[in-house]
Amino acid sequence: MSQTFIIPFLLLLAAIGYWLGRQRALALHDGTASGGLATLPQYYGYYVALIAGLPAFVLFIAGLLFQGSIIDSLLLGSLPSEMTTDITSAERNLLLSSIRNAAQGTTFGTPEPAILAAAESLNTYRLIVNGAVVALVMALAIAGLTWARGRIAPKFRARHRVEAIIFGLMVLCSLIAILTTLGILVSLVFESLRFFARVPVTEFLFGTKWDPQIAIRADQVGGSGAFGAVPIFWGTIVVSLCAMCVAVPVGLLAAIYTAEYATPLAWGTIKPILEVLAGIPTIVYGFFAVITVSPFLRDLAASLGIEMAPTAAIVAGGVMGIMLIPFISSFADDALNAVPRSLRDGAAALGATKSETIRQVLLPAALPGIMGGVLLALSRAIGETMIVVMAAGLTANLTLNPLEGVTTTTVQIVALLTGDTEFDSPKTLAAFGLGLVLFTATLLLNILALGIVKKYREQYD
Amino acid sequence: MVATQAASASPAPHSPPATTKVSARKVNLWYGEKQALFDVELDVYENEVTAFIGPSGCGKSTFLRCLNRMNDTIAICRIQGDIRLDGQDIYDKGIDVVQLRARVGMVFQKPNPFPKSIYDNVAYGPRIHGLAANKAELDEIVETSLRGAALWNEVADRLDQPGLGLSGGQQQRLCIARAIAVSPEVILMDEPCSALDPIATAHVEELIEELRDRYTIIIVTHNMQQAARVSQRTAFFHLGKLIELSPTDRIFTSPEHQMTQDYITGRFG
Repeated sequence: MSQTFIIPFLLLLAAIGYWLGRQRALALHDGTASGGLATLPQYYGYYVALIAGLPAFVLFIAGLLFQGSIIDSLLLGSLPSEMTTDITSAERNLLLSSIRNAAQGTTFGTPEPAILAAAESLNTYRLIVNGAVVALVMALAIAGLTWARGRIAPKFRARHRVEAIIFGLMVLCSLIAILTTLGILVSLVFESLRFFARVPVTEFLFGTKWDPQIAIRADQVGGSGAFGAVPIFWGTIVVSLCAMCVAVPVGLLAAIYTAEYATPLAWGTIKPILEVLAGIPTIVYGFFAVITVSPFLRDLAASLGIEMAPTAAIVAGGVMGIMLIPFISSFADDALNAVPRSLRDGAAALGATKSETIRQVLLPAALPGIMGGVLLALSRAIGETMIVVMAAGLTANLTLNPLEGVTTTTVQIVALLTGDTEFDSPKTLAAFGLGLVLFTATLLLNILALGIVKKYREQYD
Repeated sequence: MVATQAASASPAPHSPPATTKVSARKVNLWYGEKQALFDVELDVYENEVTAFIGPSGCGKSTFLRCLNRMNDTIAICRIQGDIRLDGQDIYDKGIDVVQLRARVGMVFQKPNPFPKSIYDNVAYGPRIHGLAANKAELDEIVETSLRGAALWNEVADRLDQPGLGLSGGQQQRLCIARAIAVSPEVILMDEPCSALDPIATAHVEELIEELRDRYTIIIVTHNMQQAARVSQRTAFFHLGKLIELSPTDRIFTSPEHQMTQDYITGRFG
């Protein structure tokens, strides 16, 4: 049974509540300019609408979340007690799914009669529980409407209440974002702890041999399982550095051009194109890296007599750098434009040429903002996944040479978690360890970058 | 011509005969379609302080910015006429605007030190113009300039601190030090005290008086008492026209023009 009709019902009720509240307030109007009311009539309407709609909506969401487990416990309760005592959670889930399967008519072999009986009653339970949720929500909405309407009086400050409710909603929404991040962090930490219970932290952080394949059978050759992540971090750093080597100079010079030299016509053409570049999906950059850049660079290197691996760090890093150009140029452009005109005038009045002004006054003044942009770009480079999955290698390689293949943290996480995985082997759990390091590194970079940008803003506003 | 540059306007008795430093003839200026200056003609004498007064939007700052070609940076600004520095046309094609601005320094309304140390702020001009051969010479220029701006005693022990950390009045004197570090001949001051408190203003006014011995100073001000205190001659602008240019003591006691009289006595503006 679908319960979604409750949403239009709540909206309709809120609209009715608005109308009723406003009518009631207008009825109390005593004809003077303020009407003898504490606030404008529509706020009484908003108040009734919010009290009618909001708590009921929250209850509805809670009902959706919990009705499943209520039905489950009802089902288990209906089974003979010897089937449900002393069972593990896995057995419990198995039991529940066999009941559901039986209710849908898909059975394997001959199920026990108790299961069949439970399947019979499943639909009844569903009807009862869902119906109860709907009834409760409707009752709460109507009760809220009646109660709120009853509170309307000339001295009642509806606007304050409405604003308090809206304020609470906004706080709640920002909390959701923060709590989700915290939740991600906690789950990462817990999974990582499971990993570190099997592989020592020191080996993971300082070991130099990465070979996560573990023998499943005793007679399998190779794959002893080594979890020294240094080559992976190293690869990430090399690829990110390649990216920054492309993105920082090109992005910065592009920004200086758009901010200081471009005519309005050129600005109006170049700026949107740069922004379009920022919107290209990273997997498309990945194609570009594999199909175009890699063969081109390899041929170029070959014609110079240098050998280059097809999955060289320079390919993924270079393309990632192109992806980050608009990012850096837009930050640097903003930072340059934020330098007050008075500084340009001051430099010009001393006889500085345009390029002297840019190099010696504007860039130093804009440097904190530019640095913030560069650090944010770096944290994106470290966390970037699609380009490196397509263009970088899988073999961990401790090298500084950008022409050799390296692997990155994100590539390894993808490799560890794709395919058939069991979530209790160190191989799979290693992904969470890597994820935790990645999360921490990018978080620190972002905090640093935002701190720098903030400090810079305070200086000129 | 209204703006009679009275030949009879003799300088103060103790001064030597004045030589003309800057002269402007038939200066007209447009911002886009709007004309902002109309046939401005005036002479500025060497080692004098000339004050420009007038109501907001009268063109006094605009005219000031013509004298070091700061209006060049405004794309829609068009200028006609003849402005000469020591008899040389500053809008001539052969003039390097960078050299011109080294000779005609400028101090702005709001103190605008660069986000650099006190030392580097003052050393900036000498560095870009290559005025010092070595570090010792540069040190000397910085010290002389800071002394010239009456700031040395306050900052001598913290030259490496950021210029933005100084108080407003100190920042403005730092900007003056920065301007005189390139040894200009003329210093333009665009309402240099309007962002300062009375004590800082008094400091800067004293400084202007001292600087007069070595530089020719042109100051735009909204404050008529200030014009009376610091300047030898005062020019009154109204709606883009120069109404009157007379010795300061005369313009504040017996102005030639009724409009000047009305402005000074506070009837408009």
